[in-house]
Amino acid sequence: MDVVMLSRIQFGLAAGVHFIFPSLTLGLTLLVLLLEYKFYKTNDELFKTVSSFFIKMLGLVFALGVATGIVLEFSFGTNWAEYSRMVGDIFGAPLAAEGIFAFFMESVFLGVLLFGRNKVSKKVYLLSAFLVFFGSHLSGLWIIIANSWMQTPAGFAIEGGRAVLTDFFAAALNPSTLVRYAHVIIAGWISGSLFAAGVAAWYLIKQQHTKEAQTILKTAIIIFCIMSLVQFVSGHIHSVQVTNLQPEKMATFEALWETQKGAPMSIIGIPVESEKKTYFEIKIPKLLSLLAYFDPDAEVKGRDAFPEDELPPVLLPYFSYHIMIGLGSLFALISLIGLFLLLRKKLFDAKWFLYVLVFAIPLPIIANEFGWIAAEVGRQPWAVYKVLKTVDAVSTIVPASHVLLSLIIFSFIYLLLIVLFITILLKIIKKGPQAESY
Amino acid sequence: MDISIYQHIWFFIIGFLLTVYSILDGFDLGIASLMPALAKNEKEQKQVMDSIWPVWDGNEVWLITGGAALFAAFPFAYATVFSGFYLALMLVLFALIFRAVSMEFWYYNETRRKVWAWAFTIGSVLPALLFGVALGNVIYGIPLDLNMNFTGNFFTLLRPFPLVIGLLGLSAILLQGCTWAAYKIEGDVAKRAKSFMNKIIIANAVLFILAIALTIALLPSIVSNVFGWLGALTYAIALSYVHVSNRGNRPFNAFIGSSISFVSLWIMAGAALYPNLVRSTIEAYNLTIFNASSTQLTLKIMFIIALIGMPIVIAYTMYVYKIFKGKIS
Repeated sequence: MDVVMLSRIQFGLAAGVHFIFPSLTLGLTLLVLLLEYKFYKTNDELFKTVSSFFIKMLGLVFALGVATGIVLEFSFGTNWAEYSRMVGDIFGAPLAAEGIFAFFMESVFLGVLLFGRNKVSKKVYLLSAFLVFFGSHLSGLWIIIANSWMQTPAGFAIEGGRAVLTDFFAAALNPSTLVRYAHVIIAGWISGSLFAAGVAAWYLIKQQHTKEAQTILKTAIIIFCIMSLVQFVSGHIHSVQVTNLQPEKMATFEALWETQKGAPMSIIGIPVESEKKTYFEIKIPKLLSLLAYFDPDAEVKGRDAFPEDELPPVLLPYFSYHIMIGLGSLFALISLIGLFLLLRKKLFDAKWFLYVLVFAIPLPIIANEFGWIAAEVGRQPWAVYKVLKTVDAVSTIVPASHVLLSLIIFSFIYLLLIVLFITILLKIIKKGPQAESY
Repeated sequence: MDISIYQHIWFFIIGFLLTVYSILDGFDLGIASLMPALAKNEKEQKQVMDSIWPVWDGNEVWLITGGAALFAAFPFAYATVFSGFYLALMLVLFALIFRAVSMEFWYYNETRRKVWAWAFTIGSVLPALLFGVALGNVIYGIPLDLNMNFTGNFFTLLRPFPLVIGLLGLSAILLQGCTWAAYKIEGDVAKRAKSFMNKIIIANAVLFILAIALTIALLPSIVSNVFGWLGALTYAIALSYVHVSNRGNRPFNAFIGSSISFVSLWIMAGAALYPNLVRSTIEAYNLTIFNASSTQLTLKIMFIIALIGMPIVIAYTMYVYKIFKGKIS
């Protein structure tokens, strides 16, 4: 394999593993903030116990997020030196701003959440919970700014062979930043809330920590239900944006081989790129045109409208995109059932539904990963859309053998991290919410 | 303002970020590196970890921000160094991953505490050593071509001068950790730290003199730099102050002395480099703050961001350190 492919796999692995942790962090910090607020208002120790339980897990999730996150920051220089030279004038700034404005705040006040319960007043503790929540969400914004600039670059000019900043706000708030930010934040809230709901459901099935579990489940299921419905809206807006600004990406997601009026939406099928055909396809006529342009007969560009060397591969983006949407639909279904049971006050007794929640715990993470794969592989062959190709972004002096070596070691390390992460998480869950924290 | 003013400002800001990083994460990495010598059982290992647990990840953010600031302000230097030192930096990353998770894993994975204690120590020693080796290399000069690309290999990095700088950096970090242990922890761990401190001070002094001797022999062009000698003088005074404070049983003063000695080392490093960021073995190919920088607009916006953000960061960091004041017993 050549150095470009190896570097892509290594970056994909590093970012993919990392992405598990910040998305959980987003959801958990929201939950902790809500629980701390309730504790502050009601003085009911129950909220404190439950919150401390999640703070413990947040500590673990965060440590893994830091460990895997620093790899990414180094990677732009180690593996993508030409990228760094070409777009560093624009791309470095959001990363630095993330550190200065957000990551410091998140890390420093997480220390207070983890170890300062008895050292600060209740007000300061609540404020710390807010700052960890705020910091992690602001941190996400800067990272999405950087990533969105790769998707829909703006606010720059090409001078002397490199991209230079001409308008900071145009670059930061490029056409896809806000919708992608909303999409990712909601995905994080879905991940964190379903995780919490699943844990609580498990306690209810086992008839342990019943009071705590009911508190968790009620808060978590409300967040989950609202967010998985809202995610449909944000997903839709995002799809429209992609159709307009990266049409070859949408054509690939839908395996739309030919430009056509009244384009159908592909539900499932097996696209074969070499034959430009989708086998066993189930599709809904005119739906893609309708969703993208609010007109069932509107013309949607197919892959044939673009030069061959500017098209992404089909198979991986197609399946990633469809798996994400499939899971999103499943979450909406679970939400509706959950809301129904909640309103009928049967949520805590519907054992089958509690099992559903437990088994659904990993699904949002999987949906996040596939959504991200669709977005990134769907942008190929570009590193920065229409500005810099991935093959031209790689470090020219790092030999393939070095990347292979580091990739093998990373694979082992990440496998170990994930196994240990799950083991320890299960251990914390088994121990359950308890009045003291470590 | 002229672009060169911003280029200078960013040279200093990155220097500042890395200096604070080495002071703060220095004591984390240092105490973890010394843990086998300081802690004799799990209870004492827990004390060592407790002394840094609430603050270590905030401390590491200084590195993350320093790295990102280098990327944003001097992308050409970032690209050259990070791709050039590929294998060494991968080693740093593997180590930093383990040191980041080892405390959590040590805490929860009781049956494998020995493994995680070693992961904690090795994961700290390696970066502590390699950061200095990397810095030594960019000061000493690395082979670069016309396109700013590194043309050496892994062993190019292990020349005597960078190795000595690496060992000096490691011993400075050990001193940070040792003085922190003496100041922050009560009981046997602190006693061991106190008796161990003199050895580390001697190691620092010997390596420092060696580094100066090598600089005079190998880098005659920077020997006349006044700031470098001022840094050296401060370093000597600060190191003596660590010794005196330790003997007088004032561990906090020893920690402050050690921190000042670290600042002095950074002043010397800055003086040795300026206005270069990466010295090349062929002088014409040096990466300087002028030819490696981002454009004026980026430098200016980043400066505004730093001007707004950093005072706030410093204020709440000091506040949180105050919350966790007091000794670990």
